[in-house]
Amino acid sequence: MRIGSPKETYAADEGLFRTRTQWAWFGILLLSLVLFPFLSNLYWLYLVCLISIHVISATGLNILTGYTGQVSLGQAAFMGVGAYTVAWLDNHAATPFVLNLLAAGGVTTVVGMVAGLPSLRVKGLYLAIATIAASFILHFVFLNWESVTGGARGMNIAPPQAFGHELANADTFYWLVMPVTVVMVLLAANLFRTRVGRAFIAIRDRDISASVLGISLPVYKLMSFAIASFYAGIAGGFYAYFFGAINPESFPLLMSIFYLAAVIVGGLGTILGSILGAVFMTLTPELLRYGVDVMEPFVDDASALLSPVRTMVFGLLIVGFLLFEPHGLAEIWRRVRRFFHLWPFRN
Amino acid sequence: MEWLFFFEVSLAGLGFGALYALTAVAFVVIYKATRVINLAMGEMLMFGAYLFFGFAAGMALPVWLALVLALLGGALLGLGLERIVIRPLLGENPISVFMVTIGLSSVLVGLVEIIWTATPRSLPDFLPSDPIFIGDAFVAPKTFWSFVIAAVVIGVFLVLFRFWRGGVALRATASDQGAAYAMGINVPAVYSLSWGLAGMLAAGAGILLGSVAGISSEMGVFGLTVLVVVIVGGLDSVLGALVAGLFIGWVESLAGVYLGGEYEHLMTFIILMVVLLLRPWGLFGTREIERL
Amino acid sequence: MSILRVDGLSLAFGGLQALRDVSLDVAPGSITAVIGPNGAGKTSLFNAVSGFYRPQAGRVVLEGQDISRVTPPRRAALGLGRTFQNIALFRGMTVMDNVKLGAHVRTRTGPLAAMWYLGPARREEVRIRAEVEQEVFDFLEIDHIRRSPVAGLPYGLQKRVELARALAMRPKVLMLDEPVAGMNREEKEDMARFILDARDQWGLTVLMVEHDMGMVMDICDQVHVLNFGEKIAGGTPAEVQAHPEVIAAYLGSDDMATLRERLRGERGAA
Ligand SMILES: Nc1ncnc2c1ncn2[C@@H]1O[C@H](COP(=O)(O)OP(=O)(O)OP(=O)(O)O)[C@@H](O)[C@H]1O
Ligand SMILES: [Mg+2]
Repeated sequence: MRIGSPKETYAADEGLFRTRTQWAWFGILLLSLVLFPFLSNLYWLYLVCLISIHVISATGLNILTGYTGQVSLGQAAFMGVGAYTVAWLDNHAATPFVLNLLAAGGVTTVVGMVAGLPSLRVKGLYLAIATIAASFILHFVFLNWESVTGGARGMNIAPPQAFGHELANADTFYWLVMPVTVVMVLLAANLFRTRVGRAFIAIRDRDISASVLGISLPVYKLMSFAIASFYAGIAGGFYAYFFGAINPESFPLLMSIFYLAAVIVGGLGTILGSILGAVFMTLTPELLRYGVDVMEPFVDDASALLSPVRTMVFGLLIVGFLLFEPHGLAEIWRRVRRFFHLWPFRN
Repeated sequence: MEWLFFFEVSLAGLGFGALYALTAVAFVVIYKATRVINLAMGEMLMFGAYLFFGFAAGMALPVWLALVLALLGGALLGLGLERIVIRPLLGENPISVFMVTIGLSSVLVGLVEIIWTATPRSLPDFLPSDPIFIGDAFVAPKTFWSFVIAAVVIGVFLVLFRFWRGGVALRATASDQGAAYAMGINVPAVYSLSWGLAGMLAAGAGILLGSVAGISSEMGVFGLTVLVVVIVGGLDSVLGALVAGLFIGWVESLAGVYLGGEYEHLMTFIILMVVLLLRPWGLFGTREIERL
Repeated sequence: MSILRVDGLSLAFGGLQALRDVSLDVAPGSITAVIGPNGAGKTSLFNAVSGFYRPQAGRVVLEGQDISRVTPPRRAALGLGRTFQNIALFRGMTVMDNVKLGAHVRTRTGPLAAMWYLGPARREEVRIRAEVEQEVFDFLEIDHIRRSPVAGLPYGLQKRVELARALAMRPKVLMLDEPVAGMNREEKEDMARFILDARDQWGLTVLMVEHDMGMVMDICDQVHVLNFGEKIAGGTPAEVQAHPEVIAAYLGSDDMATLRERLRGERGAA
């Protein structure tokens, strides 16, 4: 148990992890991420790679929606931009994957900022709706700019090459996507130790007061869009490499809703929430599949029910969390932790 | 350009636009009373259409009975959603409520697919099918009749809205909730009323849409266009819903025919963007004032 | 020379004239009050000076520079700090972060540096942290709540955190919209002391809106009176107190003695 903590230096008090216990937990987490591939099978590695991609994208969206308060239903479409950038470079330029991924991030940042322009004019739900429009327009571009995107057929992407190896499967791809995910999550966490992050939160909480206190709304709103889209672009780039093929239907509006749901379920405006939400929302459908496998002998046509049940559970999760646990899994996590901190003195 | 053809295309567009307008009115009723932007409207419409299908085709009830039951079912759905899911969240962050309606739309899609599977179906024919000519212009009979029915329903609705006690209460609540309370209006009942009415209107629109274009678990995307319609018209304006509904229907039809099917929705969303940038409160909507 | 000058400001909302040709000068280092009955336009005047409202006519001049066309955040950076009538703290942040946010206008870290949190970004954060802590937190006696979320704090403390945030801006002109409204007597006295000390310690100029006449008469050098959007009087507290129009505006009658009585009573209470 641990109660309170005296402050030492200002720098230490400003740290990302403030106590030795927190550092220790972080170390354990990193260690388990390193050991994981050796202790697990391909199926789980596949899932964890997928979760990683989702974590990157959800973290970006959480910066924009959870921290800055700009609701976006365009995250999947932005991922599409990143994915197509990687695909195009892979097919036409044969540049190394690092460059392709960075380009994906860059191009998506620009597109995201353009899509974020309406935020200078409208907010709240209107903005959410404007991002739906942006998604549709991007989908139209993916579908109809055939010379670049391959139209409805889409494009194929060769696996990334590193040190003469092809990172074609989850067991190798893991070593690419996981470190990047860890770094990007830490970068996001850092953001909220600084004036930039504070400006984002201020805009979310009271935009007009923030502006009167010296925060330029256009600059910081677009910055938030830029960062969120950069994350989406990188995630989309990974997506393209991971699945090896993309088409306009790879990035539907439903996927944007998926990310928004992940952020809500995980916890709006917390870094931990993006991670928990992405994990939870990726694993729940898997769990359902497992459930359906179990039901198979007892229910006619159980497998045909899988997809609709998933859709329904997905919706129920959104509704349920908003109604009963609006601060998401991160808050549940905090409650559990607080309990153990003070245990056995209080409960 | 062939004027007759243009005219025919326009008529077809207006026919579809009437369905937009009808659904948009449902949307506006909910918004006016509860300030909720209901993204599940398209799915409520779908659910109504499937109820009709279930009663008419599945249980082989007479069409008129199926119709009545489906409309009642739609109203019940609206009432239920409002009472169970929306009411506890009223007064909270509007974004949460908006997201809840997104969640509801998923639930409804899942439910329909579990009950009726994801296979598209067609509704039993109940609209007259004799060809219709307006002047020289041919109008598909289903389009024509769905337009007529939508127009009649909207007309009835407008009369109710104006003169019936419930309609008056609804308008009073919309313009000033505090005052409505003070005048002794049962505001929670107005919430229920608005969602019930909207559910019924949506079910009606769904049945009409389904008989024109068939039904599927994906027909809820219709709601997205309706969302554009209400934004363009102004979220709290019934007149806006009517005008913008017809307008968007018309533009989509022209775009679809003259530019190609893929441009239909592109046009809609470009119009949306333009409106959001130039006049976010819509053509006929009320502008909200920001205070510090 | 005045540090802040408002010149012929007129502001209308639709048909409602919130400000009509209002002019006033704020002397450097002074504590200047704007008073007036409810709805007189005091907050509107503040908002127009902050740049949130766009007046139809008139100018706002800060240190000789016309800032009428300058955006609100630029005005903040130029030295206009303020608090709000309805507490406008950022509920999702701790007390510390709220106050640090005040320092936004005088820090530079950009997004990339922020994400890596190395070198300059880190140094700037630690510097701001130290400054805020040593100058503002100790001064306002709020160090013990630095890690609390602002949402749960009692009203008086919230007002104090708002003042802390405004001070962290290191403004030239500190605008306070009803700093002691809703406070008990002890809290009012603390706040009056903070305002005076802040002015003396940092050489700020204070412009405030306040209904508490006792406080206004005690600590202000100059008082301007608004009524129905019009400035009806301006001068030292004593001059304003004696002004018949002011008395009329406040009481709806010309009974000067009653006003004097009331003012004295409020001063006694404060
Ligand atoms: N954004 C706005 N839109 C419309 N009217 C407004 C707006 N802001 C203020 N008003 C009106 O302008 C008038 C002046 O308001 P203001 O808030 O400036 O008064 P005040 O002097 O600060 O009053 P109080 O002492 O109650 O704070 C009031 O009638 C108010 O209703
Ligand atoms: Mg005021």
